[in-house]
Amino acid sequence: MDDDGVLIDEQFPAGPDRRAELTLGALVCVVVGLVLAMFVFILHEGWPSFAHNGLHWFGAGGDVDNQIGAIYTSGNSAARAVYTFHAWPLIWSTILIVGSSVVIAFVCSLFVAVFIVEFAPGWMQAVLGPVVRLLAMVPSVVYGLLGVLVLVPFINNNLIGEQAKASVSPIITLDGYSLLAAVVILAVMIAPLMIAIFVNGLRAVPRGWLEGSLALGINPWRTVWKVGVRTARPALVAGTVLATARGVGEAVMLSMVSGSVGFAPNPADGLVFIYEPSRPIAATIIDNIDGLTSPPMRHTLYALGAVLLFSAALLSFAGWAAKQPMRRYGVVA
Amino acid sequence: MTNAQTVAAAPLPPSATRRNESSASWRLTDRIGLAFAWFLGLLFCMITAAIVLYLLVQGITYLRPSLLVTNPSSGFSESQTGGFLDPLIDTVVIAAMSMAIAVPIGIAIAVWLSEFGRPAVLARVVESTIEMLAGTPSILLALFGTLLFEAPWLGFLSRTSGSVVFGRSFFAAAAMLSLLALPLVVTSVREGLQAIPSHVREASYAVGKTKTATTRRVLLPAARPSVLTGSMLGLGRVIGDTAIVVLLLGNTVTNDPSGSVPILSTLRGTGSTLTSYVFFNAPTGDGDQPGKAYAAAFVLLLMVLALNLGVDLVGRRGRSFRWSS
Repeated sequence: MDDDGVLIDEQFPAGPDRRAELTLGALVCVVVGLVLAMFVFILHEGWPSFAHNGLHWFGAGGDVDNQIGAIYTSGNSAARAVYTFHAWPLIWSTILIVGSSVVIAFVCSLFVAVFIVEFAPGWMQAVLGPVVRLLAMVPSVVYGLLGVLVLVPFINNNLIGEQAKASVSPIITLDGYSLLAAVVILAVMIAPLMIAIFVNGLRAVPRGWLEGSLALGINPWRTVWKVGVRTARPALVAGTVLATARGVGEAVMLSMVSGSVGFAPNPADGLVFIYEPSRPIAATIIDNIDGLTSPPMRHTLYALGAVLLFSAALLSFAGWAAKQPMRRYGVVA
Repeated sequence: MTNAQTVAAAPLPPSATRRNESSASWRLTDRIGLAFAWFLGLLFCMITAAIVLYLLVQGITYLRPSLLVTNPSSGFSESQTGGFLDPLIDTVVIAAMSMAIAVPIGIAIAVWLSEFGRPAVLARVVESTIEMLAGTPSILLALFGTLLFEAPWLGFLSRTSGSVVFGRSFFAAAAMLSLLALPLVVTSVREGLQAIPSHVREASYAVGKTKTATTRRVLLPAARPSVLTGSMLGLGRVIGDTAIVVLLLGNTVTNDPSGSVPILSTLRGTGSTLTSYVFFNAPTGDGDQPGKAYAAAFVLLLMVLALNLGVDLVGRRGRSFRWSS
């Protein structure tokens, strides 16, 4: 495409093409500038919270919800603003929920993607395509609603025994809003994203490579896993990264089903810990949007946002880096 | 970001491994693996069917025509709190507004990336920016929008009292929602443009067309299916987003206009969409009227289903059209 451009521009040095290129270029720069501004604005607005807490911001200590309450009220009083904030329970909750749902979704998506590309009969392919796309398009709030009204009561009534509730009752109440509910629903939400990218990656595997393996007498199942999936590894990483980004940023659904308690589920409690409520970072922001009116609270919320933004940027970079090896072979997944 | 539509829209390549041989000769582990894949595939279908059917049942139970034509109001029981006329209209309005921003800008960026793309450094920066934007959580766009639209010089777009700008309005929400849809539009249109073989461009240049004319008259019409697909995928995200709406549309239960100019005052004011209505009326929200939430969620799901069908139809029509090269 570039060569064409040079050729044409030599023939038509000025005129509408030049104008169009400059106009479009300016527009593109504006959009890039807007995204850069987002980084600067959010980081700048959140900086006071980081500045007051230092690295303790990321650590544990005290009850997060109490800290949030103190920060919020200090904004309305004439006294000094309070900034003390230890976000570890929120960060830990994010890691637990997103980590486990990504692991679950990855395994399921890989099998489903392999199935769609190589083994599903035609009718099944025709069904699975729209099904995956529909699952990806269902609004998160609908997932959240179903979680709150169907999955959470189910977990509360059928899965958590009285004994389990009693065992942690001094610390936290178990009522179905739990890690388990959040992980299950988040896995269903992000699996379609993974499947779509995995399928593209698997389809981009050169047919000759697979045929070579088949010609050696290796059965189709082994061939796909040993050759296809291995070749599509960059696509697997890219899909996982994108799905992780979506999970980290998911606010609405998680604020509905995770229990919205600033509590760090403790694996030391035994298996009960999957029934413990928590609240990830993004959900904390949306739960406290009324706090935007209180300056110290506002800075704290933007600081949480800055952490999200940083992880999103990091994930986006990882995804980009993961795609590069595939490009070397001229395969764009 | 790779689009979801490609699962179905991509032509099915001849499969190397797809042969009519039975798996009877495979090792047991392989056969178990295949069975597991079947199980998961069916599980996904079942989850989707369960979601759709469950919402269908709940929708039929709770959705009354009166809900669609009355406004939310305060009351003590679900029979008194009205319907969701305003959220429904606002959903349409805000979707139209954000697509009106996202589609032209998305096409412009895609055209620049695919047809111009110089200097190469800028092109790479733009590519990663778009990818970055696709991975940015909507809650961050909402936070950014709050900062942006509280700026005094953007006060004319929302409610102001004295020098304080409220920063929440249809304009603010639509602008940020369009950023959400932008990457989907750009990626799809760009893929469409790149799928057009270069001899088509050369033919147009050969008859003396400028690049601009070629793009407008030849390339964009040819890429129309991908423009449509990208727009519909973007629309799906816009309709389904809650965080931006809750933060930037003000989340008032009914429309709360600001000013006296008829349409402009509504757009400068606050409101709510179906998603924020569901969020508000879920048991975890302040409204806590599950029946209303189910009804609204059902309407929302119908919209998404319609969009999904649309993507399918466009994809199918696009598939029948091939460039010979």
